[in-house]
Amino acid sequence: MRGSLFRKNLVTTLLLAPAALWLVVFLVLPFIAIAIFSVGERAPEGGYQAALTFAQYANLPARATAFWNTMVLAPIGALACLLVAYPVAYYLALRAPDRWRLILLALIVIPFWTSLLMRTYAWMYVLGGRGIPALLAYVGIEDLRLINTPGAVLLGIVYGYLPLMILPIYVSLERLDRRLLEASADLGATPLSTFLGVTLRLSLPGVMTGFSLVMILLLGEYLIPTLLGGGKVFFIGNALVDLFLQSRNWPFGSAIAITLVLVSVVVLIVANRISTRLSGARRVDLI
Amino acid sequence: MPKSYRDGLPISPDKFVDQLMRLKRGSISRRDFLGLTGLGVATAVMARELGIMPTPAFAAENLGDRMSIATWPNYHDPQTFENFKAETGVAVEVNVFGSNEEMLAKLQAGGSGWSLFVPTNYTISTYKKLGIIEALDMAKLGNFDGSQEDARFTAEGTIDGTIYAVPKNWGTTGIAINTKKLTKPMTSWKEFWDTAMAEGDGRTMVHDYQLTTIGNALKYYGYSFNSLKQDELAKAEELLLKVKPHLFAVSSDYQPGMRAGDAWMTMCWTNDGAQLHRDIPEIAYVLGKEGGEIWTDFYAIPKDAPNKPAGYALLNYLMNPKVAVKEHLANGAPSTDARVNALLPKEVLDNPILYPAADLLKPLEFGAAATLTDPGRAELMARFKSA
Repeated sequence: MRGSLFRKNLVTTLLLAPAALWLVVFLVLPFIAIAIFSVGERAPEGGYQAALTFAQYANLPARATAFWNTMVLAPIGALACLLVAYPVAYYLALRAPDRWRLILLALIVIPFWTSLLMRTYAWMYVLGGRGIPALLAYVGIEDLRLINTPGAVLLGIVYGYLPLMILPIYVSLERLDRRLLEASADLGATPLSTFLGVTLRLSLPGVMTGFSLVMILLLGEYLIPTLLGGGKVFFIGNALVDLFLQSRNWPFGSAIAITLVLVSVVVLIVANRISTRLSGARRVDLI
Repeated sequence: MPKSYRDGLPISPDKFVDQLMRLKRGSISRRDFLGLTGLGVATAVMARELGIMPTPAFAAENLGDRMSIATWPNYHDPQTFENFKAETGVAVEVNVFGSNEEMLAKLQAGGSGWSLFVPTNYTISTYKKLGIIEALDMAKLGNFDGSQEDARFTAEGTIDGTIYAVPKNWGTTGIAINTKKLTKPMTSWKEFWDTAMAEGDGRTMVHDYQLTTIGNALKYYGYSFNSLKQDELAKAEELLLKVKPHLFAVSSDYQPGMRAGDAWMTMCWTNDGAQLHRDIPEIAYVLGKEGGEIWTDFYAIPKDAPNKPAGYALLNYLMNPKVAVKEHLANGAPSTDARVNALLPKEVLDNPILYPAADLLKPLEFGAAATLTDPGRAELMARFKSA
């Protein structure tokens, strides 16, 4: 008995070891290194020089605009993604014919096979002067500029992160017990109130999962604003790239990175709380 | 290779995907991929009639079969590396970079794997101070002839009489302007910034690079390109913040925007200016009469180079004037070497983009190491970008 328990524990340990090792080497250790960097100083020629100071954290207001822009972009981007994704997920889960569903899902996932960089670069040419504006010039709309506008950035974000929003919502809608919809209709609810009271409500965990997933990734986004926004709007991701690769102020960059991680954790916790409160307490089981 | 109408045309989407799949399967190298798709390498004019003189100085040394070089986009004749491989058996992997700071960051972090790289003049003293590069063993560089070099361009490669880097080419930082869209003549940085807020509203690009963007804003008031004075930098910042809402982009990748016609005017380096003007004649390249930047790119060898013999062999090969002349024809930047200039066609030497008139060159300044590493300028740039 004791022997088999020991064996069970050993198997569990062995199975978890690769993942644990991976996390320690590639997540925990780098995080500790960044934390140590963040209390250091910038060497005269750039890079890191050992010290014990909180000056880098005290200097965080110097990047307040970048934090602010990110805090505005991330929820707006996630919301725009949600507004586009929900109808798609709804159609896939509740309306699409069974034989098409798998193909449609595959079509949503396939763009992920190409790197985001390539796809964003492609948008640069589609929105650039020889792309859509050139076509519009044929019908008399001259010198229209699409690239390097806030709209182009939003488009890039929605395009890039859409699948991450669709899939969790799809999963929660797909599990929806159809009898609840019938019950709601039988009890005299209009389609709209059935949607708001039953469908939307029960799919909220998926919505929150998708929302926080996209939001967390957007907190670190720098590629899309750079390529489609012309680098004119400065996000915290851009500040990090500049601090590590341009001015090589590694300690200040590390302090910002630590702050960004803390903000992301808070966002996750809050999203988790909201989602539990909205759905968990009102879980309905028919059987 | 037969001359075909397709030569120099962009690759088709199908072909691009083909080549990408080959790259993924590993049946071609990344360098070949870049070459075949035209990404990152110049669609070069190959001066095939100029044969290559072998320089068999290293027959005794074991060069290995591969090495890696860090350089700039559109900066080499791809054929150069093919020929080097054919001659020595060493395959060259090319790493393309966007800024000197990125190169420095990678070398500082260690393990870059490069045996040769291309730093700009103002970084060399910093590399030396940080102990990242080593003094060049000139005995291994028989093709280099210091007496044929223009001293103005080689000075910063030599520190306390020791040669740490030898020049690849020089150039200037000027203004590329689409003269069909902006018809007023452009002759100064003052006009550049004023036009950006008027006729060039929403169509002007500045570098995502503090050295040149702040430096050329300083020139608006006639201050030094390298100024570190508080009051002068404050004036430059005021100008930059005023111009910011009128800009098309803050980006050093300005060729796509200029080619597509989205951008009408940009800060521009010589070689890009030459390439843009060659393909789109209405794009002119001019220097600001107040001055601005003149620069030299060098070759240097990192101390931790994994294959130093091959690094030296490639460097010596590139110093051969007959090889170097093709590099200049491909990337469009002017040469520092009198032996190379003697081989260049007359129309290249007469091209005012490549070899500007002496009175325009006179006020230009080389960027200084302190300008690049100054934390105050870095913070100014961050405030400009986040405004």
